[in-house]
Amino acid sequence: MERQPTPVIEISRQDEAFRVLLQGEWTALALAGCHEARGLRAQLHELTEAPRHAQWSLDGITRLDHIGAQLIWQAWNGRMPENVSLNDGQRRVFDRIARMRSEGWKKRMVERFNPVTVIGANLLSFFAQLAVGITMLGQLTFDLLRFLRAPQRGPWREISANIYNVGYKALGITALVGFLIGIVLSYLSANQLRIFGASTFIVNILGMAIIRELGPVLAAILIAGRSGSAITAQIGVMRVTEELDAMSVMGISHGFRLIMPRVIALAIAMPLLVAWTDLLALAGGMVAARLQLDISYVFFLRELPDAVPVANLWLGLGKGVVFGMLIALTACHFGLRIKPDTQSLGQGTTASVVTSITVVIIADAFFAILFKDVGL
Amino acid sequence: MSATIERDTPREAIIEVRNLVKRYGDNVVHNDLCLDVYRGEVLSIVGGSGSGKTVLLRQIVGLERPTSGSIRVFGENPADLTAAQLQALRNRWGLQFQRGALFSALSVIDNIALPLREMRALPDNLICQASLLKLQLVGLSAKDADKMPADLSGGMIKRVALARALALEPELVFLDEPTAGLDPMASDDYVALIRELRRELGLTVVMITHDLDTLVALSDRVAVLADHKVLAAAPIQEVIKVDHPFIREYFLGDRAQRALQALPAPTGPGSAPPYPGEA
Repeated sequence: MERQPTPVIEISRQDEAFRVLLQGEWTALALAGCHEARGLRAQLHELTEAPRHAQWSLDGITRLDHIGAQLIWQAWNGRMPENVSLNDGQRRVFDRIARMRSEGWKKRMVERFNPVTVIGANLLSFFAQLAVGITMLGQLTFDLLRFLRAPQRGPWREISANIYNVGYKALGITALVGFLIGIVLSYLSANQLRIFGASTFIVNILGMAIIRELGPVLAAILIAGRSGSAITAQIGVMRVTEELDAMSVMGISHGFRLIMPRVIALAIAMPLLVAWTDLLALAGGMVAARLQLDISYVFFLRELPDAVPVANLWLGLGKGVVFGMLIALTACHFGLRIKPDTQSLGQGTTASVVTSITVVIIADAFFAILFKDVGL
Repeated sequence: MSATIERDTPREAIIEVRNLVKRYGDNVVHNDLCLDVYRGEVLSIVGGSGSGKTVLLRQIVGLERPTSGSIRVFGENPADLTAAQLQALRNRWGLQFQRGALFSALSVIDNIALPLREMRALPDNLICQASLLKLQLVGLSAKDADKMPADLSGGMIKRVALARALALEPELVFLDEPTAGLDPMASDDYVALIRELRRELGLTVVMITHDLDTLVALSDRVAVLADHKVLAAAPIQEVIKVDHPFIREYFLGDRAQRALQALPAPTGPGSAPPYPGEA
């Protein structure tokens, strides 16, 4: 790559005469590439003080682009000096700069952080989103009724594809996390139980905790992070690429074809994933109990049905259905709110995951209160 | 316009593509393709859909690697350069993408200012002024500066994309379907704009286009891509004489004939061809 000849300023003062000679290449690249750029700018800045009758010579400039010219223009305080020698091409560049209008634009400042407006805006946004969410729930009910009335015309393919994506493909990660949590829980409880000589109660603790509480919540959090974000991003990109508008134009309902299949798919896949997570977590707990407390697999399995009333299993699976629907609805809600730019896509996906996990835990608290007399 | 190029002096080729082969699996896109682009000219690349025009462009700017063959831009092979040299080379060209490829999170002015800011050498007020100038160069005004790309019309996106491609005032610009999707008036404006910029900035332009009017109005030479190679790369009057089914179909249809009527009469230099719309 050839070396760019750097821009140079030569100033000569003789008695009254004040001459400025500009030489070299005055282009953005040359200016950026030269080491003395800062000094050069300082020198130009000083030249804004140059007397009006100063003589400017641009004949030595080999290349001049608009950026270099604008730098010189700033030194001229935004008007042509009286004594200047330049060629036609350079004059055209300066003419264009002189014609430039920057009215109607000023540098935008980042808005100051104001806690009051932020709280207000968040509160308003919360209620607005709640209203949209309730509308969506209503729309979902209508869509489900329509589906039930004519099941043969329902979006079966979408439902099946979604079950595969959110259910089958999540088996690995839920199994791994479930198994590890089972081991951890079992190890920690084992020490406490041994102190009281109540080792066999490990079955009660693990069974109750995992089947009633941990299995559903663990699976829901994993799915919210894994599939909730995917759903939001998918719908969001459809907004960016105008696919959503294309669907509207063709008269394909977003609710019926995008939201409902995902809600149904998660409502079906989540309880199955909950059962799967329960199974693996119990297996992990069983292995750890065997190692720590010498409780045999056979004993563990025989004790389990007595320790955990079967109502807990139904409760856990029921939670799975509800959590699945909540995750799907939250994810779709945030997906449809995404505006067609990349920043909004990122924010929407984050908000979707955070909100769906929060919603799942709130729903879990409601379950705990509503069903406090069941299966305990 | 072709008359303005002096035929006597040997022209400096700033892009040399030699024996280029590009394959995706079994799908051959280019086979033994050669192409030269000379300094100061406007070269249009035409070809049927899927003939690999965009792929060729992407290979020249280094977004994709050729399967074999060599590409030299400004005499350098991008594959042989160090990162710093490659960056210096990249600063010498600009690319306007087919769909604009504006950064959707940045406003119009920030999009244009981005290449300038990336150099980390210029003061911010100069960058803002320079970006505003570019914006006005492409026919937009300062009040459009704060708009977001999502709020722009198709024509404005093309203009902003061009302004961004021109931000560093490169010697070479690549335009991928610059007038596709513009209405005839906007596309005439665009042609006038490119012609003006070329005169002012001494640009070399490599342009992919389907639009015959733009092609006729702007090109010094036309490179026809078909059968995986460049069938012909010559001024349009010579290209239409080549006997090949694609060229016959492309240039000798009714539409093409109408557009070709706008060809400048081979007079002296400086006589701008009339606007195709007026022909």
